[in-house]
Amino acid sequence: MAELHTLTLAELAAGLKSRAFSSVELTRHFLSRIEKFDAELNAFITVTPELALAQAADADMRIATGTASRLTGLPLAHKDIFCTDGVLTTCASKMLSNFISPYDATVVGRLKQEGMVMLGKTNMDEFAMGSSNETSFYGAVKNPWDLAKVPGGSSGGSAAAVAARIAPVATGTDTGGSIRQPAALTSLTGIKPTYGRVSRYGMIAFASSLDQGGVMGLSAEDAALLLQSMAGFDERDSTSVDMPVPDYAATLNQSLKGLKIGLVKEFFEQGLSEENIKPVKEALTVYEQLGAQLVEVSLPNLPLSVPTYYVVAPAECSSNLSRFDGVRFGYRCESPRDLMDLYTRSRGEGFGSEVKRRIMTGTYVLSAGYYDAYYLRAQKIRRLITEEFAAAFQKVDVLMCPTSPTTAFDIGAKVDDPVTMYLNDIYTIGANLAGLPAMSIPCGFLAGLPVGLQIIAGHFAEAKLLNVAHGYQQVTDWHKRMPERYA
Amino acid sequence: MSWETVIGLEIHAQLATRTKIFSGSSTAFGAPPNTQANLVDLGYPGVLPVLNQQAVKMAVKFGLAVGATVATRSVFARKNYFYPDLPKGYQISQYELPIVEHGKMDILLEDGSSKTIRITRAHLEEDAGKSLHEDFHGFTGIDLNRAGTPLIEIVSEPDMRSAKEAVAYMKKIHTLVRYLDICDGNMQEGSFRCDANVSVRRVGAEKFGTRCEIKNLNSFRFIEKAINYEVARQIELIESGGTVQQQTRLFDPDRGETRALRSKEEANDYRYFPDPDLLPVVLDDLFIDGIRATLPELPDEKAQRLVRDFDLPAYDAGVLTGSREVAEFYEKVINEVKGDAKQNAKLAANWVMGEVLGALNRDGLDITESRVSAEALALLLSRINDATVSGKLAKEVFEAMWSEGKGADDIIDAKGLKQITDVSAIEKVIDEIMAANSKQLADYRSGKDKLFAFFVGQVMKITAGKANPNQVNDLLKKKLAG
Amino acid sequence: MSLTRENIAAIAHLARLAITEDESAAYAGSLSKILHLVEQLNVANVAAIEPMSHPLTGMVQRLREDQVTATDEHEKFQRNAAKVSDGLYLVPKVIE
Repeated sequence: MAELHTLTLAELAAGLKSRAFSSVELTRHFLSRIEKFDAELNAFITVTPELALAQAADADMRIATGTASRLTGLPLAHKDIFCTDGVLTTCASKMLSNFISPYDATVVGRLKQEGMVMLGKTNMDEFAMGSSNETSFYGAVKNPWDLAKVPGGSSGGSAAAVAARIAPVATGTDTGGSIRQPAALTSLTGIKPTYGRVSRYGMIAFASSLDQGGVMGLSAEDAALLLQSMAGFDERDSTSVDMPVPDYAATLNQSLKGLKIGLVKEFFEQGLSEENIKPVKEALTVYEQLGAQLVEVSLPNLPLSVPTYYVVAPAECSSNLSRFDGVRFGYRCESPRDLMDLYTRSRGEGFGSEVKRRIMTGTYVLSAGYYDAYYLRAQKIRRLITEEFAAAFQKVDVLMCPTSPTTAFDIGAKVDDPVTMYLNDIYTIGANLAGLPAMSIPCGFLAGLPVGLQIIAGHFAEAKLLNVAHGYQQVTDWHKRMPERYA
Repeated sequence: MSWETVIGLEIHAQLATRTKIFSGSSTAFGAPPNTQANLVDLGYPGVLPVLNQQAVKMAVKFGLAVGATVATRSVFARKNYFYPDLPKGYQISQYELPIVEHGKMDILLEDGSSKTIRITRAHLEEDAGKSLHEDFHGFTGIDLNRAGTPLIEIVSEPDMRSAKEAVAYMKKIHTLVRYLDICDGNMQEGSFRCDANVSVRRVGAEKFGTRCEIKNLNSFRFIEKAINYEVARQIELIESGGTVQQQTRLFDPDRGETRALRSKEEANDYRYFPDPDLLPVVLDDLFIDGIRATLPELPDEKAQRLVRDFDLPAYDAGVLTGSREVAEFYEKVINEVKGDAKQNAKLAANWVMGEVLGALNRDGLDITESRVSAEALALLLSRINDATVSGKLAKEVFEAMWSEGKGADDIIDAKGLKQITDVSAIEKVIDEIMAANSKQLADYRSGKDKLFAFFVGQVMKITAGKANPNQVNDLLKKKLAG
Repeated sequence: MSLTRENIAAIAHLARLAITEDESAAYAGSLSKILHLVEQLNVANVAAIEPMSHPLTGMVQRLREDQVTATDEHEKFQRNAAKVSDGLYLVPKVIE
């Protein structure tokens, strides 16, 4: 049998079911790989071996007594933005470097209920603000394909962990591309579901109207498997949608004949050299061979998604992060002189520079005299973009474009220029503004570094997305490539 | 007297829900610190608000009761500012689209005329926690039990022209929210409080003066004192060549003064924006009509009915409907007492307003704590009507009922206060008095009519006040005339 | 729109962030760049457009039953607090 870490989540599930190995064995295998490789990757902020082994033992009991679910006994890693009861939950910030969550996020609770085994909490950009995982208080994460490169962000720890096969699957969150962009940069399959599909309860908020939890895994099949249990209505989240979750596995293998793929004109025109767009174009050819039809669509306001996002997201974050004041939880400065000192120093010392930059940007765009010019205008353009997407989905089933304008870049290359960094998310932000489900799947390599294809679908069309991704993965093997060092 | 006062009130009424506006924590008053503050109330990372249906219903009820427009779509917004009693660093409130708009409330002025105060809006929001400034080794203690308690903030137009008008308006709203059962009205516990916006201008001036906001007034007496102090301060300031600065002020009840708040002196920039964690509140006609159907008879309607049906003076009707509990007490009395309805309504009005409210006031009790129940009072009034006891002695009976807690019949029996209505018995007493007072009798008969009262007094003295006064009058007239 | 250090100081104060002189200069630069990026929004004609604050525009607020579901867990919650006494969170003395 192949080494356990080279198997997909679906294959591991089958192995547990057939008793080819136990959950404890599986868990030990991944824990030992974390032990071996994480020092160089820095993918985890917290590893929870005792807890994992206890959960694995419980899972083996469930398997033995026939009370196991599809996911029982499978290890996973949670992005450290999800609250985990009794476990350090830092959001990669000094501000929460001492924060033991007293409760589980809904997503964490559901997967625990299923009997999944938590290996630990993964590194990320501080409060999910970043596209390279360099803003973490716990240091940059390395890309398993090239340790000198970034893994993307903000779910960079989850990406690196799965790409290096030190975790079989991981949760992530995506506010402007934070699942898809790191998935692209590390050759993973990542899905950001429709806004409201996965509960946000217990997912530490960055920008509430954009944040959505999702999956980073090795294949569309794996993503479907985990999403099935993460998704669904949660009465604790007012923005959670009360709609049944379809059986994603059931439609994975549907034929793609007649599928209408929209190619976003504005994205194929902008900023990409012929050379860089090649893997994406080749992927489109594969889809044509599968019977899909390519249609050019135009979303003229979509290029405004980056500036729109950099008003809306900072505005919401500036308010969401006001609760970190050194009083009830989190970092508190030494010997505050007075209340103002307590606030300003706890926050000034507890937040990193990118977080502070976004808080200040958001504070500014909401402040008296600027609200209409920035925030209100951005919310109007957000509607324009959303309507353009809706019009496009009248004509096509899915949209396709690159996930990221570049492959993984050098650590440190863009840290001094926030605007250049922000432009990494040019292709991904639109789906967040419109609340659409979107995926990134591996579609090739440029100079040895992975390239991702982004697929966007209409609201609640996750099943279609997964089907489209799976169809491609049945005839290609990009998603099966792994970095040699970790094979 | 060249100054005019302009006042607008922002009344905060805590809604009488079981749980908080956005969480399942209890709102019961008086629990040990922070024992009724859950993760949502504490603003923990990752938690989210879910709106309490009952809070929405209560706000709608208020809106309907003040003749306002109830919004079919209202939106929660965040009001951003830092303060230790505000755990999230923002208060969830309603800003551009409140749930209630354009209502009104009539108040009765001292000259008997009425005036309409316009209600700009009433919006739903969450209350803050409490800062305890007693010394905790040089620190301030924060109790977040109150954080997240639902409030409606009722904002008036600047329609009031004196502290008395402001108090009259505040009292009317206080009465209303208690009639509606949406607020317990307990001002000491802070369930009902207001901020007053006060300015002055020259009589005849069109432009309003610069206003000051006096925060957190939680008694009718304080409101009046605070406004009067503030008005005098502003006038003195302007007359001595100064200008009023727009600012937030606190009333110090011990000194009877207002003073500028130090901690909030900087201009606030609240950066309101729609709360992305909450969706628009959309109410359909079915929902609103369902609440309309639960509205009780409102105080003004009740007062008008008392005037119309029983010819009660408007003032009496106002007092008797001035609180839901007094009105309920009064109506129970008139429903139970036997006899002519109109007459009973007046009799009961006099007794409730006089004896009952007087005794309550004397003993510092609330009408719900009255030692004489409505039923017991009704029985006493029935005893007046059936001439068992005289109106005058009934007051003695009432006092005994109040102090001894017994029924009217028991007291009348025990004290032998039953009225003498036997004609021959009264005649016998009159005969004795005439015999013993021949001089007075002669004087009376020679024209000193005033002596009639002397003979009445004598009869009452001998019968210990128990003789039926009407009968005494009739019989005396006949007998004295000879 | 270019921001000065004074602008940054005012924003940082509103956001309750202590920042150093050096940071202030850096933020003045980077925030100005961000605002420059954001000014691209001025090209769109938005006169007749309703602002959109939520991605699922048809959805409305769900209402919760008024039932107590919380129990007292203040001891557990206060383990994360830097300074508590007698069940109260403590902050430097607030002067009103």
